[in-house]
Amino acid sequence: MASISLGSYDNTKEIPGQRAPLVTGDNDYQSVTDQVCLLAEKPKIPPAYFVALGISLIWLVILKMCIVHLLLNGVGVWGNMSPVFWGWPIVNFVFWVGIGHAGTLISAILFLFRQNWRTGINRAAEAMTIFAVICAGLFPGIHIGRVWFAYFLFPLPNTMLLWPQFRSPLLWDVFAVSTYATVSLLFWYMGMIPDLATFRDRAKSRVRQIVYGVLSLGWTGSARAWSRYEKAYLLLAALATPLVLSVHTIVSFDFAVSQLPGWHTTIFPPYFVAGAIFSGFAMVVTLLVPARKLCGLEDIITLRHLENMCKIILATGTIVGYAYAMEFFIAWYGGNPYEQFAFVNRAFGPYWWAYWTMVSCNVISPQFFWIKWCRTNPIFMVVICIFVNIGMWFERFVITITSLSRDFLPSSWGYFTPTPIDVLMLIGSFGLFFTLFLLFCRFLPVVAMAEVKSIMPDAQHRDPDPKTAEI
Amino acid sequence: MSRFHFPAWINPLLPAVAGFLGIGALYYTGLFAYAVHPLTSDVGYRPEQPVPFSHALHAGHLKMDCRYCHNTVEVAAHAAIPPVATCLNCHQGVDENGQSPTVAIHVNSLKLQPIRESAATGQAVVWRKVHDLPDYAYFNHSAHVTRGVSCVSCHGRVDRMEVVEQKATLAMGFCLKCHRNPTPSLRPVDEVTNLAWEPGPGQENIGQEIAESLRIHPQENCSTCHR
Repeated sequence: MASISLGSYDNTKEIPGQRAPLVTGDNDYQSVTDQVCLLAEKPKIPPAYFVALGISLIWLVILKMCIVHLLLNGVGVWGNMSPVFWGWPIVNFVFWVGIGHAGTLISAILFLFRQNWRTGINRAAEAMTIFAVICAGLFPGIHIGRVWFAYFLFPLPNTMLLWPQFRSPLLWDVFAVSTYATVSLLFWYMGMIPDLATFRDRAKSRVRQIVYGVLSLGWTGSARAWSRYEKAYLLLAALATPLVLSVHTIVSFDFAVSQLPGWHTTIFPPYFVAGAIFSGFAMVVTLLVPARKLCGLEDIITLRHLENMCKIILATGTIVGYAYAMEFFIAWYGGNPYEQFAFVNRAFGPYWWAYWTMVSCNVISPQFFWIKWCRTNPIFMVVICIFVNIGMWFERFVITITSLSRDFLPSSWGYFTPTPIDVLMLIGSFGLFFTLFLLFCRFLPVVAMAEVKSIMPDAQHRDPDPKTAEI
Repeated sequence: MSRFHFPAWINPLLPAVAGFLGIGALYYTGLFAYAVHPLTSDVGYRPEQPVPFSHALHAGHLKMDCRYCHNTVEVAAHAAIPPVATCLNCHQGVDENGQSPTVAIHVNSLKLQPIRESAATGQAVVWRKVHDLPDYAYFNHSAHVTRGVSCVSCHGRVDRMEVVEQKATLAMGFCLKCHRNPTPSLRPVDEVTNLAWEPGPGQENIGQEIAESLRIHPQENCSTCHR
């Protein structure tokens, strides 16, 4: 390693007057394609993959059994009990929807802001978004009790002249989440078409050729196709951008529009959106650090990508911390005794342990990312990001459970205790999530190859030789 | 050499996909048509009764008041199906002395045979219920007819029916339509059983006036009907 080794080149260093390269190593177009296709085309899959998939599948089956148990016996199998009717299922819903925010932020907002580093991670982040929204959609769906009436969530004409309450944010939520799922899915699939065509062109077997050929819709890579593709991509990015803000705003309305102390606050929409991006990026880092190792993508998803995400986690984590402080300030400054009670009860009441878990995970742990070593060490950042996700789950727990368990009438106060089914379903939802993500890694292009190539030096005509251009 | 882009044999399948979507569209249209079809909600149900009793004759031609037979309608939830004794008030046969205590109309009619048998044995004539609400829906006749909602609103022009048949869907939407906007269905309380009643000239706002004078505020919450 005495000579100049591009493999160990540290692209997190800022060199004045130069843009840091976003693809390291001796990579040209061909080798980028080879690396991205590696896991999908490898005849021998690393055993770690099967171990991970096996564990995920086991939990997925447990989730399914829990759902069957729920359908046969009713929502009484959960710990939801007066006065806490929104127990873990709704906590899990808000948690997963929040996780699903990083994908669109990376693919839409960072695209419109021309942040080139998004190209390495956007595909995996979008996939993660869709899988998180699937997990999120599951919980309100089964929380309604009579699952066979789930279509009542939508305003369908019927002989009973019954409509959902259009003034309720719960209905807005149905529209917000379903719109988000649709647009994210379209965006993800459309962006994948050129890469699916690459898979098709490299396919060795006839079956793969046909499957990827159908999925890539006969993409030829002509200049006309590219021109239309890029127009459509830009339009979809513009459509998706407001959704990044709208979805979690409306999820926060589920709480903020009600009259309950601790919920009825105007800070909720921005605070929820910041928290969602915070948890979403933490999940992206948690997934991508092992995935880049497993798929051998260290040169494409570089330390600089991870460092940038850590910076976003630091920024949004600090906003979340500010929001926690501001909630307390307004409770005192507003002079409403019920609001004051709600917040003192949050921090020092029966759920103090949840509150302080949340604060230490969400406010304190991201502050490590001020230190450069912490945000360039993959193992350390995964540990922090797992803490962040634990913290963000507890945030939703604190908001939902503490406010509900202490409402206006002291006679109806109660203490929420989850049942084993609650716990199994939460872990089971991770099983569903990881199963989908692992299948994605195996069968679909994990990195947007075409886009990564567009930000490599020789695509930008700086220097015909990438080896000299990168330093 | 041309590269492989797309399996060409997929293209002929496209009409099949279109056909599949078309069948799907037809299926859902059919499902919707089935849901809103009158037969689904038993509109037009007109069972044959053990006695060919004609409402058109009794309530229409003879102008008998509905309450002569359905006598509990103003005081109870249920509008009574009259006992055989009510029929016999007019259709009583002669006693052993050949005297008729009240009136005697068609006392020997074969059509009234089940009535006479029932009177002799005490076994009820099994009448078929035409307007049957589901058990989970609570309906109170007295709450409606004493507040200006006519029989005709739900049962139609029974005074013109030889055989009673269901005219309204009696679906929840049918109830709610009136509960949300009751004034078009209101009339003076003493005209409730006059099925031919129409607002006269200068009575365009009569529904509104009755709603105000009787303080009619129909409920729409679930427990009003689902108790």
